[in-house]
Amino acid sequence: MSSTVIITVVTLLILAFSSSVILYFISQKFKVEEDPRIDQVQEVLPAANCGGCGYAGCRNFAEAIVNAENLEGINCPVGGPDVMAKVAAILGKEAVKSDPLVAVLKCNGAPENRPQKVEYDGAQMCRIKHNYFIGETDCSYGCLGSGDCVVACKFDAIKMDPKTNLPVVDDDNCVACGACVKACPRNLIELRKKAAKNRKIYVACSNCDKGGPAKRACNVACIGCGKCVKVCSYEAITMENNLAYIDATKCKMCRKCVDECPTGAIIEVGFPPKKVKVEVVEDAVQSN
Amino acid sequence: MKSFPAGGIHPSDNKLTAGNKIERLAIPSSVAIPVSQHIGAPAEVIVNKGDIVKTGQVIACSKGFVSTNIHSSVSGKVNKIEEIADASGFKQLAVFIDVEGDEWEPSIIRSSDVDSNITLSSEEIIKRCQEAGIVGMGGAAFPVHVKLSVPEGKKCDVLLINGVECEPYLTSDHRLMLEHGEEIIIGVSILMKALKVDTAMIGIENNKPDAIENLQKIASRFLGITILPLKVKYPQGAEKQLIKALRNREVPMGKLPIDVNTVVQNVGTAFAVYEAVQKNKPLFERVVTITGKTVAKPGNFMVRIGTPISTLIDVAGGVPEDTGKIISGGPMMGKALRNTLSPIVKGTSGIVLFPEEESTRKEVGPCIRCGKCVTVCALKLEPYLMATLSEKGMFERAEEEGVANCCDCASCHYICPAGRPLLDYLRLGKSTVLKMARERAAKKLAI
Amino acid sequence: MSRLLNVSPAPHAQGKDTTKKLMIGVIIALMPALIASIYYFGFGAILITSVSVASCIVFEYLIQRFILKGSVTITDGSAVVTGLLLAFNVPSNLPIYAIIIGALVAIGIAKMTFGGLGNNPFNPALVGRVFLLISFPVQMTSWPEPRGFTTSYADAITGETPLSLLKRGALDSLPSNSDMFLGNIGGSMGEVAALALILGLAYMLIRKIITWHIPVSILATIAVFTGILWKIDPSQYADPLFHLLSGGVLLGAIFMATDYVTSPMNYKSMVIYGVGIGLLTVIIRIWGAYPEGVSFAILIMNAFVPLMNRYIKIKPFGEEVKNG
Repeated sequence: MSSTVIITVVTLLILAFSSSVILYFISQKFKVEEDPRIDQVQEVLPAANCGGCGYAGCRNFAEAIVNAENLEGINCPVGGPDVMAKVAAILGKEAVKSDPLVAVLKCNGAPENRPQKVEYDGAQMCRIKHNYFIGETDCSYGCLGSGDCVVACKFDAIKMDPKTNLPVVDDDNCVACGACVKACPRNLIELRKKAAKNRKIYVACSNCDKGGPAKRACNVACIGCGKCVKVCSYEAITMENNLAYIDATKCKMCRKCVDECPTGAIIEVGFPPKKVKVEVVEDAVQSN
Repeated sequence: MKSFPAGGIHPSDNKLTAGNKIERLAIPSSVAIPVSQHIGAPAEVIVNKGDIVKTGQVIACSKGFVSTNIHSSVSGKVNKIEEIADASGFKQLAVFIDVEGDEWEPSIIRSSDVDSNITLSSEEIIKRCQEAGIVGMGGAAFPVHVKLSVPEGKKCDVLLINGVECEPYLTSDHRLMLEHGEEIIIGVSILMKALKVDTAMIGIENNKPDAIENLQKIASRFLGITILPLKVKYPQGAEKQLIKALRNREVPMGKLPIDVNTVVQNVGTAFAVYEAVQKNKPLFERVVTITGKTVAKPGNFMVRIGTPISTLIDVAGGVPEDTGKIISGGPMMGKALRNTLSPIVKGTSGIVLFPEEESTRKEVGPCIRCGKCVTVCALKLEPYLMATLSEKGMFERAEEEGVANCCDCASCHYICPAGRPLLDYLRLGKSTVLKMARERAAKKLAI
Repeated sequence: MSRLLNVSPAPHAQGKDTTKKLMIGVIIALMPALIASIYYFGFGAILITSVSVASCIVFEYLIQRFILKGSVTITDGSAVVTGLLLAFNVPSNLPIYAIIIGALVAIGIAKMTFGGLGNNPFNPALVGRVFLLISFPVQMTSWPEPRGFTTSYADAITGETPLSLLKRGALDSLPSNSDMFLGNIGGSMGEVAALALILGLAYMLIRKIITWHIPVSILATIAVFTGILWKIDPSQYADPLFHLLSGGVLLGAIFMATDYVTSPMNYKSMVIYGVGIGLLTVIIRIWGAYPEGVSFAILIMNAFVPLMNRYIKIKPFGEEVKNG
């Protein structure tokens, strides 16, 4: 072996050894004391950093929950009950029960229901349109169709339907993080309790105008007639500002309100089609 | 010839109605007078359904200092007080009056003789402007008495009068300067007395040489009033650009003209002030230009406030078959209307009808970083940057770049070759940044 | 009125310029130089230019349609401009495969990887040219002599260019200024005819496609810097007019440095950018290993443009003057 090689190897070895010694001492001197449970909690989190919990990222969530008194009000919607149970185990606390939620759009103003009255070719952002005018239809509460909610979703759970110009939620991908709710300038999206088989019953309208103007603007608007409130046996429906609202925690999915609604503003999703009763007419066949 | 040094664009003038004398529009059968035709708090209605009102009678009272009175523009019976949709579809309260005859308030002097004898004191002038509901007639509709009340600690030494009318198509100010030049100059003297200044400069763009000549002749008989022709460049009529051109002073960011000892008023406002002070006539009618390349009989009309826009369009020959857009105001800063049912209000300087091929926007492409928007910005900002930051939601950075100082002149949006909707994003940036600033100020107060 | 009213916000009028019209304007401005290059270098010029432009369009189409799977924008004219400028930067006897590779690098690497039109930090034509220079050094530095329309493509007689003469110190064999002005010299296809390039500059200034700030700052800096050197020792340094007319200075100052996407956004930054390019060009020419420095100078200053855009601002209207 030539002397050059030996000198090179020895020099590099000395450099490597002294660097590691220096780094070790520095890391010990400037060590930050931290609760080791924060790292443990962060390990079990989904690392989506979506902000659905209300904190800036998964690390901030871990810090907050380790320092909190109890787990009341702190929930990771993406991880769901499984992750929350693991976190509770690490902290030695009780896991808080919370219902799974899903995003629901409270508007059914497709062009066939809600005719277009004017044309808009400005910037395609719902927030800009909402500040500027009531929309391309006569309903000043309904969906503007430019997809701020689609842009906000990090889980590919909401897409624009080009035929109806309304966003459609993918119930399986939706983790109810609330990003779309914040993005919608008209507060049309609500996080509602998720039922079995992704069934839903809700008032697909947010129009607070009186019945006349509401119906003129959109065929399937809620006109505030109150029939649904009267027919519900579980007191799940309330009426405020000419608009009905179904409380998902009280609703028993009997579907009476769906039949009762005169405009079709109340929608049922995920149910099998109703069996049509066939009445036998007595004297139907009297021929021949 | 003077102008503002940086930025600006040259859209085609299209002053189709510059040679049309002002005609009086017949009073319609009913009017709808909104209670919010000005910047500031909406006025409070003081009449009820069924009341008989006279032309010039107060029907809604000023609410607070930054607000003003609303007067009936017709005589007749109040039909209803109901919400009406404005140009964007948002609801606002209006007083509907069915017209019967044309009986005026007896205190109004109806003679059209020009009265140059100013008897009111400075304080009385300001009070009269408030009572008469006078607002800025250039389109902004800011209550005049507020501008004339110089706050404690500030001083005004020069009055500037805006006779620029830089928006294409609009000619109402031009015709006023030609046909009522004497009243305007007396109005300027009245404003000078109210502000206690002895110098006034009237800026007029050079595409109106007849108006410049007419006012120069009249102003030579008055003390302290000079007429200055200005280069034709948009937005010469914007307040800050006018002050820069006429006085070579730049209003600091976030501040008002009074902070450079200046007050600016429109020529139409000077005319309305003349009528209010010398004839005791409140503001209930104004000159409106109805124009457009396909309009059959464009012209300038004296219209009663509250007249439906459809009435004005009918007199001009009706809505042409291929109309794609109807604008209240000029093409650069006007408001597009959803229908022709809206009424003419104090700030309506013109109605412009566009044919279909001129009604849609250019196709939008990516920003090619040509820098033309930076070149034309009259406030020396960087529109491409502020617009992209606002689009991406980076509002703190947008605030640093000065988006709150944008004056909405739309020169950048006009010039952009890629058709980017710059002003739409800038407006979003501005409203968000101003909201953030208000929240910060409120938090500071709370501490 | 049959159709719906349009209610988009103000402004309701927009200028007539479009991206396509601006690109077509640049192409028109390049026509005199194209005619000059065909006049001096014949068939080779036609072949290289058409292959370059066609390759750029084809690569942009293929990448946008099949790799990015987005919208295809080849009709906006920017690929044509890149193709022309790339062709003008190479010798007229460059092998076909080389120019195709150059086009692929210019469009594929320098433009598309950054996000397409408007997003690239480096001038695509220059990136292509520098790539070719480093990959095919021999072919990229054999400059055909101008033999007019009869110049052969495959068997072109190559010779020295004015700058290569300067590099080896042969100051007395430099061509005359009139030869360099009209283009009767060796060099890359687009750089030889100064007159043609200046006509292009005049056209773009009149049509307001570019402003004077960048070309004037580059040329003024080169003139002053070389003028100082020439005054100090005329036997060792060539005069400023020679430096302005030789090599790629005019082509670079007029067409390459003024590329919208890669140049600064306000006039203050533009002047600093131009001065930087001028200084670097002269330094590389006089003391660097390469005879020509414009391409590298522009690419280096391109790297500084984002920094300039971020920190160099024009004083806005009404900014408070700080105390003092």
